[in-house]
Amino acid sequence: MRHPATIACMAICAIFIAIAALGPLILPQDPLAQSFISRLKPPSAAHWFGTDRYGRDVFARVLLGTRWSLLLGLAAPLIAGVFGTLIGAAAGFYGGWFDRIAGRLADLLMAFPSLLLGILLAAALGPGFGNLIAAVSFAFLPRFIRVARAATLSVREQLYIEAAFAVGERPIRIVLRHVLPNIAGPMIVVATLWIATAIRIEATLSFIGLGVQPPQPSWGNIIRDGLTNILGSPWPVLTTGLTLTLCVLAFNIVGDAIRDAIDPDYRE
Amino acid sequence: MRHYVANRAIDAALTVWLVLTLVFFAMRVLPGDPAIAALGDQATSDQLDAFRALMGLNDPLGVQYLRFLWEMLRLDFGQSFRTTEPIGGLLAAALPFTLELATAALLVGAVIGVPAGVVAATQRGKAADYVARVLSLIGLCMPEFYLGALLLIVFALRLDLFPIMGGGGAPLDRLHHLVLPALTLGLVMAAFTARLTRSSLLEVLKRDFIRTARATGIAERSVIWHSALRNALIPVVTGFGLYILTMLSGSISIELVFARPGLGTMLVSGILARDYPVVQAGLVVFAFFVVAVNLAMDLLYAAIDPRIRSGNA
Repeated sequence: MRHPATIACMAICAIFIAIAALGPLILPQDPLAQSFISRLKPPSAAHWFGTDRYGRDVFARVLLGTRWSLLLGLAAPLIAGVFGTLIGAAAGFYGGWFDRIAGRLADLLMAFPSLLLGILLAAALGPGFGNLIAAVSFAFLPRFIRVARAATLSVREQLYIEAAFAVGERPIRIVLRHVLPNIAGPMIVVATLWIATAIRIEATLSFIGLGVQPPQPSWGNIIRDGLTNILGSPWPVLTTGLTLTLCVLAFNIVGDAIRDAIDPDYRE
Repeated sequence: MRHYVANRAIDAALTVWLVLTLVFFAMRVLPGDPAIAALGDQATSDQLDAFRALMGLNDPLGVQYLRFLWEMLRLDFGQSFRTTEPIGGLLAAALPFTLELATAALLVGAVIGVPAGVVAATQRGKAADYVARVLSLIGLCMPEFYLGALLLIVFALRLDLFPIMGGGGAPLDRLHHLVLPALTLGLVMAAFTARLTRSSLLEVLKRDFIRTARATGIAERSVIWHSALRNALIPVVTGFGLYILTMLSGSISIELVFARPGLGTMLVSGILARDYPVVQAGLVVFAFFVVAVNLAMDLLYAAIDPRIRSGNA
């Protein structure tokens, strides 16, 4: 946790979160304003990341796009985390047919890499950010169900659960009071580990054309748009891609650091 | 063994059913009328009705669902809304481009990834290890399409060594078009492979038989490349199924970067044109691939490892 690289990455994550939170307040210029005379310009003092084929400032677009990336990056693990925890805890605690069905469905869906499942569902649902969140959350769901179920099974063996049963507490109360608080830790760790992946998936889906729709900027669609004009200027692609990679890298390293700090088994 | 194979086959069938069901309902719950999507805003209501009747869109949902399952299982994908071409033909044209990309990328990934992992493990804590680990971390974090765009900018635009787009025509031309996309996906694969090889080899190098091998005076090189690596590669090889699937998902965006006329491009252009039958066919083919790869890997494990066959593992 105290490694300099980790601290640097935490700072980078904090900056990205601040940019996403402040959004329109800190834009140097209008990300949608077109200007014919300043089309496809390389980076300069006026346009740090250059301009795109409509003369729009790429830096402003990247800043505004941060919102979408982080929104999905946080929303998808959160939504999948909440539903996955509830389903997994219920499956692990009650067992029986619900466990068999939920566990089996989760196992079957685990066969799909989360990116591919996200693409398939988003493609079936159609373009749009709401659909994107639904698709990616669902793609993550089986992973969370599995972890929550396993954590619940081990909590269930604990003495305090037996004691709670012995004093006659109702099962639903035991789940809420004893099981959920005890599996919350591992679930939060799993959720932070998926943030970086979620950001990557959002970018990929927006790149494909399934996520945030132009003219609203997102990192993925800025890169896609830059690629169609790569002969004119490679800068929108280069700068936006670098931002995206840096963001994924930082969240990845911070996620690993949090896991290592909480769960020493993983430490190398 | 027969029991194991039967179980895996049932799993595969269930997965196919599950995914087909998800696709069907995800595509039907949406607002938006396929008839309008197919015929455009200008169509008269008579035309729309005729189209709905032709496509069976007026039937009860249950009937549509069963018909959908039956058509997909027979690989009867119908025809494109937009061009009215049979989708089977589109798939047959697109598939080779995706398959050759995946195969070439797997080779690149293994050829670069395994040696990099070995070097990182044997030089543990030294500069080479550090470099290999940082590169593979970057490889895992950088989205494939950005890496593809970088290679495109450097090798196709600046150095003019490779074509910018397309899949190529004649065999040599096709190979020429394949290099950059395959290198892109292959490097991502190499990052996975190097990581896995490194950790697996470090694990094996701790074992007793390696100490014994070293004690008998076998050259270190031979200990590593013959005794240790052979054992360390088991998890790497068994991870192959996962690689293939990861690559399949990566290939979609890579095909867009290099404008390759493969399965991913077909799917994406179908999405943008709201050409439902094309999207549906693309999704189902990808899903079939995932299930087939998983089933093949499960059977391969069983062939390699007797413990899995007998159900003791």
